[in-house]
Amino acid sequence: MYISYNWLKDFVELDIPAQELADRLTLAGIAVESVTALGEGIEKVVTGQIETISPHPNADKLVITRVNTGEEKLQIVTAATNVSEGDVVPVALVGARLAGGFVIKRAKLRGVESLGMMCSGQELGIDSKTMPADQAHGIMILPPGTPLGRDAKEVLGLNDYILELDLTPNRGDCLSIIGVAREVAALTGKPFHLSEPTFPELEEKIDGQVQVDIEAPDLCRRYIARLIKNVRIGRSPLWMQSRLRSAGMRPISNIVDVTNYIMLEMGQPLHAFDYDQLVDHHIIVRRAGEKETMVSLDNVTRELNPDMIAITDPSGPVAVAGVMGGLTSEVTDHTTAILLESAYFNPVSIRRASKTLGLRSEASIRFEKGIDIGGCLRAVNRAAQLIYEMGAGEVVSGTVDNYISPVTEKTVLFRPARATHVLGMEVTRSKAAEILSNLQFKTQEAGEDLLVTVPSHRVDVGREEDLIEEVARLYGYHQVPATLPYGPTTHGVKTREQSFRSLIADTLAATGFNEVVTYSFTNPGVFDLMNLPGDSPLRYTIKIENPLSEKHSVMRTLLLPGLLEVLANNFSRRVQNGAIFELGRIFMPIEAGTCEERTVLAAAAMGRAEGSWNTPARELDFYFLKGVLENLFRVLGTAAASFLPESANPSFHPGRTALIEAGGRRLGLAGELHPKVLEKYELPERVVAFEIDLDALFYVSGQPRVYRPLPKFPGMERDLAVVVKKETPAADVLEVIRNTGGELLSTVDLFDIYWGEQVPEGFQSMAFKLKYQAGDRTLTDAEVSELTAAIAAKLSERFGAGLRS
Amino acid sequence: MEEKLRIIEKDARQAMASAGSLEELNEIRLKYLGKKGELTQVLRGMGALSAEERPRIGQVANEVRASIDQELAARTTVLKELAIGQRLKEEGIDVTLPGVPVLRGGRHPLSIVSEEIQTFFLGLGYSIADGPEIETDYYNFEALNLPKDHPARDMQDTFFINNQTLLRTHTSPVQVRTMEKMAPELPVKIIVPGKVYRRDDDATHSPMFSQVEGLAVDRRITFSDLKGTLDLFAREMFGPKTKTRFRPSYFPFTEPSAEVDISCVMCGGKGCRVCSHTGWLEILGSGMVHPQVLEVSGYNSEQVTGFAFGMGVERITMLKYGIDDLRVLFDNDLRFLQQF
Ligand SMILES: [Zn+2]
Repeated sequence: MYISYNWLKDFVELDIPAQELADRLTLAGIAVESVTALGEGIEKVVTGQIETISPHPNADKLVITRVNTGEEKLQIVTAATNVSEGDVVPVALVGARLAGGFVIKRAKLRGVESLGMMCSGQELGIDSKTMPADQAHGIMILPPGTPLGRDAKEVLGLNDYILELDLTPNRGDCLSIIGVAREVAALTGKPFHLSEPTFPELEEKIDGQVQVDIEAPDLCRRYIARLIKNVRIGRSPLWMQSRLRSAGMRPISNIVDVTNYIMLEMGQPLHAFDYDQLVDHHIIVRRAGEKETMVSLDNVTRELNPDMIAITDPSGPVAVAGVMGGLTSEVTDHTTAILLESAYFNPVSIRRASKTLGLRSEASIRFEKGIDIGGCLRAVNRAAQLIYEMGAGEVVSGTVDNYISPVTEKTVLFRPARATHVLGMEVTRSKAAEILSNLQFKTQEAGEDLLVTVPSHRVDVGREEDLIEEVARLYGYHQVPATLPYGPTTHGVKTREQSFRSLIADTLAATGFNEVVTYSFTNPGVFDLMNLPGDSPLRYTIKIENPLSEKHSVMRTLLLPGLLEVLANNFSRRVQNGAIFELGRIFMPIEAGTCEERTVLAAAAMGRAEGSWNTPARELDFYFLKGVLENLFRVLGTAAASFLPESANPSFHPGRTALIEAGGRRLGLAGELHPKVLEKYELPERVVAFEIDLDALFYVSGQPRVYRPLPKFPGMERDLAVVVKKETPAADVLEVIRNTGGELLSTVDLFDIYWGEQVPEGFQSMAFKLKYQAGDRTLTDAEVSELTAAIAAKLSERFGAGLRS
Repeated sequence: MEEKLRIIEKDARQAMASAGSLEELNEIRLKYLGKKGELTQVLRGMGALSAEERPRIGQVANEVRASIDQELAARTTVLKELAIGQRLKEEGIDVTLPGVPVLRGGRHPLSIVSEEIQTFFLGLGYSIADGPEIETDYYNFEALNLPKDHPARDMQDTFFINNQTLLRTHTSPVQVRTMEKMAPELPVKIIVPGKVYRRDDDATHSPMFSQVEGLAVDRRITFSDLKGTLDLFAREMFGPKTKTRFRPSYFPFTEPSAEVDISCVMCGGKGCRVCSHTGWLEILGSGMVHPQVLEVSGYNSEQVTGFAFGMGVERITMLKYGIDDLRVLFDNDLRFLQQF
């Protein structure tokens, strides 16, 4: 909403500059987005009349004009084509400044002297969208009779400031000059004045000439019609055009301009029908029928539905109430009588209709916020006054006012004690009464309290809290002290699960992983990218009804595709090494419309950990990932986890992937991604990743840590190298060693694995460091050697393992 | 014999004093004091001495021995000192060479800031609550005083799953969910971090973003408590000199409602490009919980009051780190992520 500073002055005295006014409004909840000085920097532009136009001797596209500026007659050469002799136009004199800092100089155009320039709207800083179509790109033509030699800024209303409001949806009343003027009056303490429109009416009465029936009283609670005869369609006066422009509207014709002017000034949208086109001069307000159609002003056939309010005559719809007029009853240049509509329509219905039709107009925006039902009559009368004053028509006596169960005024009890309790600041009854009266509320003392009558334009106020807010906001929020809540101490602590998540994220971050945040919605195509079969249950997703694009149309059932996309984006930017993780939700549909949200931990890594001058680079491979997970499990106190070969997951490399289990639960997968997946993502040859269910991990983690006394007796170490078949899993060998070593074997570390020379084809050598320890004595050499030999024997028995020295 | 001993003393001391290394010194020690050393040899001849001479010579021998030991110790100290000095001289390294690289990881800036916000409120006794991201129309709108066709629904362009289910547009549904669970227990003090969704995608809007919601409900929670709490919060997050400004605003689920500005973190309030020359930056919305919301959640609004606030984590993160492009937060470029 654009508010003209000068227009406000019609209703309230203003003695503060525009910027200060803007600041005060903002701090009272009427947010002012910007303050623009119209005509800023424009100087020495006056009104002038073109007396003659003659051809230029040396140029076809130029003409020489003689322009009378009242005091002198200037020769001006122009290329403009939309001017005629007798037109009054804005003339920039030599030395003038125009919008954008352009300066006019004495000039010679193709040998002919030119002493100034005729101006277009843009050159005066006027938006071309608010110029009449024929002047949008040419010289601005002022109405005939405009006095000559006058400052064009004055004449065009450019000595003004425009406040751009960013209104909250509850303040529909401020979608009008009057609404804002009321606020200004309450804020500045200056009186607000609004006079009743007065105008002469014709002898003839409206009775019998117009019939209005409201058949849908739930959708239309008030409908007023006024009849204007002897209409002369033409341009509206310049002052009105300027005011419409100041609000960003384009002047059209005197009648249309008046309806728009009233809407801007009072917030009441009006509609003008060509009276003679209304069948039987009979207006019926009803629900539109299913599939009923109407051709709208823009010559489009619109399909209506019963949610919409149709303004009809006996032949059918002539308008969709509050949203769009019909073509047949449109006011045209031939119109001689009009019916002016001023009505109150159901906000919800208007909102739905404008959504369904895809038409949001200045009128529908106001209707859907709820207009002042008590102001309908004044609005139509003010329109009649303006039409009369500008000589655009004569007003038939009286109105037809169908007002269904006129609203009794709302009264609300305001308890200063309650306000004090809510605000934490002393609110006295007298101060509250003063503030509320300034805002046009009527107050009456009721014991300690106030009985407050809400004016009809404040549709947003209906209960005590609304009044408390009014008092607080006019008082000024800065007046409220700053305190801290007072009450019993509460224990602010993360739940175990919340701490667990932070610990996971912090641990992964400490081991080289960067946390990423990816969208929860994804492209259904990712399942193909992940090489998943057509019947994979993961393809069963929650779909968004109105996605921004196919790319973001379903809720993810996997985190990994998002991570792979992140790696691919980085890779394409030549960031070739990196490890990332995300803790996020996946959305698994259960049945129609319901879903289970599970939190998942996923990570992926590509490339290598760069080395340095004394450190070799390290591949971010499966074993790196496994090490990270093992460390994570240690930090989380997870039950002993096993990594089991897994070759069935189509997204992963069948020979380089492990199923992770711990405490009898399946946690997830870790492994190298399938080459087909990597190819589709345009990722490098090897990328490793894991995806782990957080609930499962949480369930098997947080094992209590129990202190074990440090050994009191020295331990002993032995190295043992065995040669086993290449496909023998290390886990199996380790298991045999542990089982055979029993209690005395405290730790086993696999420190080398080797194949090649000295090891037969198809075999590998595994070297273990065995540490023996007894809690109650020093072990003897003999017993340790014996135990080691027993282990070797068992390995030989199980795996046919040979010893290697 | 005494003379012999004195000569050994003199020779040994001299030799030791001129020993150039610990090894050489050791050889000299062996030469004089070893099992076959000169002093030992001489002392072996003591048996041949007369009874009168023996104690005297014995004493001389002890003196000689002590004297040599003394020199040995002194020289050892000197030589050790020299040796360490030499070693330190030879062992210098270039400390300007880079260290062993550690694989660099870190939290996402949005998580860092979200946790920072949570930590502040944990310290004030708030707990952390959680709720679904796929939400019902009831909790997301209806229960928050936003019935169907309410114009304020336009403030939050919504992704729908169907006409009853949607992606939550704010973390506020968790207010109602938590109060429903707790009523009539008091106080309710929660903070709700989480992802929210709005159908907007341009330079300043992401269709998914993060919020932190706060709610305090008790018998005597006031608007001034809201001011005090957020004042403290702003100073904690943006520095002790940060000022706040509360502007009246409108949210259907709070009343009175306020938008909270902080003094611009870039210019300190003087006015700059970041704050559009106003000196203020809007960082959150807040207000007193609307009685209607308290009632549907199971509290008597005459007896209980509360405040609520909600903030966008992206906005605060951008202000804290001077990030001027929202998109980098969701782009996940490792070169960006590794800056935090
Ligand atoms: Zn600034």
